[in-house]
Order: sequence, then structure tokens, then C-alpha cells
Amino acid sequence: MLTYLRKRIVSSALPLVVVIVGVFALARLTGNPASLYLPLNATDQMRADFAARNGLDQPLLVQMADYFGGVLQLDFGTSLRTGESAAAMALRAFPATLQLAATTMVIAIVLAVIVGSWAALKPNGIADRICSFVSMAAASIPDFWLAIVGIWVFAITLGWVPTSGVAGAAAWVLPIGTLVMRPFGALVQVVRGAMVSALAEPYIKLARSKGASQSRVVTRHALRNAAAPALTVAGDLTVGLVNGAVVVETIFGWPGIGKLMIDSILQRDFAVLQACVLLTALAIFVLNIVIDLLYALLDPRVRPASAASRRRAKASRAAVPAQSAPANA
Amino acid sequence: MSQTTQDLPGTGPDGTKKTPAGHSATEPASPARREAKSTTPNLFRLLLRDKFACSGAVVLFVVLLTAAFGPALMGDLATKQNLLFANKAPFNPANGWEYFLGSDSLGRSVLGRLVVATRTTLLVAVPAVAVAMLIGSLWGVWAGYHRGWRENASMRIADVIMSFPSLLLAVVVLYVFSPSIANIVLILALTRIPIYLRTARAESAELQSRTFVDAARTFGARPNAIIVRHVIPVVTPTILTLATLEFCYVMLAESSLSFLGIGIQPPDVSWGLLVSQGRQYLQTAWWLSIFPGLAIVITAISANLLAAWLRIATDPSQRWRLAVPGRKKLITRIPAKESK
Repeated sequence: MLTYLRKRIVSSALPLVVVIVGVFALARLTGNPASLYLPLNATDQMRADFAARNGLDQPLLVQMADYFGGVLQLDFGTSLRTGESAAAMALRAFPATLQLAATTMVIAIVLAVIVGSWAALKPNGIADRICSFVSMAAASIPDFWLAIVGIWVFAITLGWVPTSGVAGAAAWVLPIGTLVMRPFGALVQVVRGAMVSALAEPYIKLARSKGASQSRVVTRHALRNAAAPALTVAGDLTVGLVNGAVVVETIFGWPGIGKLMIDSILQRDFAVLQACVLLTALAIFVLNIVIDLLYALLDPRVRPASAASRRRAKASRAAVPAQSAPANA
Repeated sequence: MSQTTQDLPGTGPDGTKKTPAGHSATEPASPARREAKSTTPNLFRLLLRDKFACSGAVVLFVVLLTAAFGPALMGDLATKQNLLFANKAPFNPANGWEYFLGSDSLGRSVLGRLVVATRTTLLVAVPAVAVAMLIGSLWGVWAGYHRGWRENASMRIADVIMSFPSLLLAVVVLYVFSPSIANIVLILALTRIPIYLRTARAESAELQSRTFVDAARTFGARPNAIIVRHVIPVVTPTILTLATLEFCYVMLAESSLSFLGIGIQPPDVSWGLLVSQGRQYLQTAWWLSIFPGLAIVITAISANLLAAWLRIATDPSQRWRLAVPGRKKLITRIPAKESK
């Protein structure tokens, strides 16, 4: 387990550092915040003062060294916009995103397992064809458009739910309904494909001939074996959601990390942006480890000790995006 | 897809044709030549026999034609303002065909604007997919063939690109360079390269240990020659299928960027931008953002249907499913079942 963790940390450290440095440099390319935060008629002296106060007059390398020195002491800088600690702002926004992501994924997985297994029971049947088409359509609808249609129908025309905000359970319906679509569509196809091939395996015949009931065959024998590919795809989808569902959070005014990120990009709030990127990268790192552990839990053949082979297996499987999961007959 | 990965190499070493649709290939020199000879005439006929994939292809073809010729025919209509016809509701024949899909607050025809936006949308999506596919798959094949440090370095680079916030990249390009179509194509291509890189690498890494590649190596063929003649032809179908799916993704990504205001900039219009512009009129004129969104959805579903069919059709070990003679029922059924 420790070897596994160490390997994992080493292999994800380099990309992480490159990303942070890249974000640092690129963010400063987007323009001088002084022209955004000072009045239009600000004098050169005022601009120079502003830059000096925020350390923006230093060369890029010095700024970077300062920043990383601070990060090592858990000081992530302060927001230009509010003067608040950047870490506090990111940490405050993150739970909202996590709640949204967790609820979405739970609903998507449960629905997808039910619908996907049901479709796989009779390959080529009516139910299967309908499921295939619905899941394909669900995966192809742009989320911003779905959000707008949802607002138009359910919030404006019918008035059942509020158009935005986080107050009350009703406010959760539209954002989650919008976000669920794509994971649901992708997962149904994966679960269905994996279940069709699992149900054709000899051990299913054996279980049936032993007299196991249909529900036992499906849930205990087939589903357990079909879970691995679904887990890979579900993991990738969750990573996407944790990164912040920028569009959906923006439309529904959800105070999550995606909205904070796009706001801080547009407002040249560099410290907050960097804190957000660091935080999500950390969360995704943890998430990947959890997924690896789940693999081991599901499949005794996969043990954390052989993390390298698992990563290789995942790389080849993840090489293909969610939509094009195994489609074997 | 892992299925495809395992099945594809089967075409290489064994000489037997699995497609019962005839055309026994004469003395295949390489998988490439055999593919080209036997499938090109077949594929089109197979496509015609599949209702779902065929309708998807037809829709995509119409979209393509619209993008090519639409702006020339309807360009004036899209910019002509007529305040007498402002905010007309759609499906009212009394307004004339120009306003069949309604009009916006300046009296411009929604139909005309949709047609003009089609070209912008495709001008972003198609080059972005093509560039990403070319660079990503060639790179991936190269990395997978050579293994070792070249493979590791490539995968790390892919990791970095994948974990980079693409929104930031878009904003940087928007502010530092000009927000032109070419720059948006560049961002989208750059962020999608890892997808092809990973797929091509996985397949090529598996292929390079195959006997037919080994044989070529034994005969003294140089790595580049082996890659071009033996590896790329086998990887191509998978990559093409992936590209069809990616077209869908890139189109959605461009729409999202435009929607957030960091993609296509007015006065250019794309479908995503039209949805975004219509958003504020949702209560009074729903058709402004509903129709462009529908255009996106329909095009995306068509691309998906075609990709699902392509995946089977380009896989020699599964193609027979589409071509079983005399069993029309099965033929029409399979695609729905095999969808993705």
C-alpha cells in the first residue's frame, strides 16, 4: 500500500507542478489587473503603487518563487477582489461543487445500472433499442442548452422551481437534472455493453443451471463482473464534475469552484485561480486513489501492489472516451 | 473499444477474410491494401442498409451542404434588419418563409442566422478535429511503437494537457491574441490531442509486439516504414471512429466557450453563441435559443449514430453483423443495439 502510494505521488507530482507553473505564467499573460481594479483616470503613480502593493512589479520568476515559498507555508495569497485569503475562498466554494458532483454521480450511477442491466437482459429487444437511443441522445445534449430549456419550462412557464440559487431542495432539481444527463447517457452504454458480454459468459450458464434465480444471476454474478469498466468511466466523469461544472454553475448561480474559477479568470484574481487549480488537482488525486481502491475491492485479481499494471490497464481503457465504451455483442 | 483493440490485429496475421460480402482480396501485401480493396465499395452499401447510421450520415451531409452553400444564399437574410418583423413567433406562414423559424428583436430571420452560424460552427469543429487527430494519432503511434522513454514522456505530456484548465487557455488566447476562429481551433485541437495520443499509443504498443510487425522488423524494415505500412493502417479505423465522436465533443465545447463569452465573438455567430444571445429573451422569445440548441443536438446525435455504426463497420471481426445476407431484421437491429 505504501509503495503504491509513493509511486502514485511520484507519477502525479510532475504533471501537477507543470500545471501550477503553467497556470501561474498564463494567468499573468491575460493582462494587468491594474487596469481592471483602478479607475480609468488612474495616474501612472497609482498604477505603480497598485503593482508594488500586490507584488506584480517583480519579475515573473521572483513572483513565482515568492508564491511557491508561500505555498510551502500554506499561505496561498490573498484575493485582489475581496482582500480575503484565497485558500479560504476556494475552500468555501468547494463543498458546493462536491455536493453537486456527488449527488449527480449517485443518481447517474443508480439509474444507469438499472437501465443498462435491464436493456442488456434482452439484447436487440425493444427496451434495448429505446435505451440505446435515449442514452445516446442524453449524452449529446449540450448542458447549457438543457439548462436554459429547463429554466424556461420548469422555472418560468410552470414555476415549480427557482431559476437559480441554492435555497431549498427545489433549487437542486434543475442543476442536478442538467448535470445528470451526460454521465447517465455514457454510463448506460458502458453498463449495457459490459452486462451483455458478462451475461454471455459460461459462469452465468453455470449459475443458471445450479438453479440460481434471475435476480441473483443478474445482481451477484453478472453485475459484479460488469462493474469494472463502468467504474473506469464513472471515475473519469466524476473527475470532470469535480473540476467544476463551469457552465451549469454559472447559469444557476451555484457558488461552486467552477464559477469561482471562471470569475477569478475574468477578474484577473490570480491567487484565487491558483488556489482553485491546486485544490481541484488535489481532490482529483485523492479521487483517483479511491477509484483504485474500489477496483481492488471489486476484483480480487487487482491488488494495489500492482498499481503499475493497473495504471497501464486504465490508460488503455481510458484512452477511449466515455462514449465509446465496450460494445460487444 | 477494448474489444476493437483485441480484434483488430486479427486482421493482420491471418489471411482469411471474415466479411462474407464477397470480394476475396487477392494476395494482400499489407493490411492497408486489403482494407482499401475490400471495404471501400462495401462500406457505402453497408451504410445504405442501416437506417440509423444512414439517416445520421444524411443529416451530417445536409449540415455540410448548408455550411458550404447556405451563407451565399442566405447571408443577406441573416443581417437584414426589419423592425416591422421584430420578435415574430415561428411556424406562422403569414410572415413568409424567411420568418418560418421566427425573428429576433431586430427583425433578423432566425433561419438565416442559423444557416450562417452553421458555417462558423463547422469551420471550428472540423479543422479542430482534423488537426488534433493528425497530430495526436501520429504522435501516439510513434510513442507506442518505440515504447520506453518516448512513451513515458508522451504520456506525461498528455497528463499535463489533460489536467490543464482549458477555460484559462481560452481566456489567455482571447486576450493575448485575437479571438479569431483560427485561435479557437488551435485551443480546441490542443486540448483534444491527448485523447488520440492515448488511444493510438495503446493500440500501437500492442501491435508492435505482433508477429507481422516482428516479421517486418526481421526483414530489416526501418521503424518509420513499419509504422507507416503496418501500424497506421490497423489503427486508422479506430482513430476515425474516435474522430467522429470527437467531432460531437468539439462542437459542444465550442458552443460552451461561445456561450461563456470566450469563444466566437460577435458579429460572427455560431450555434452556441446564438443560444447564449437568445438566453436573455427566453421569456419573450423562446425560439431564439431553442432552435440553435436543437441544431446542435440533432447534429451531435447524427455524429454519434454514424460513429456507432463506423465502429462495427470498420472492425473486420464484427463487420459481418452488418452484412448477413437475407436477414434484414437482424441488420436493422444490430446498430441500435451496438450503439456505442
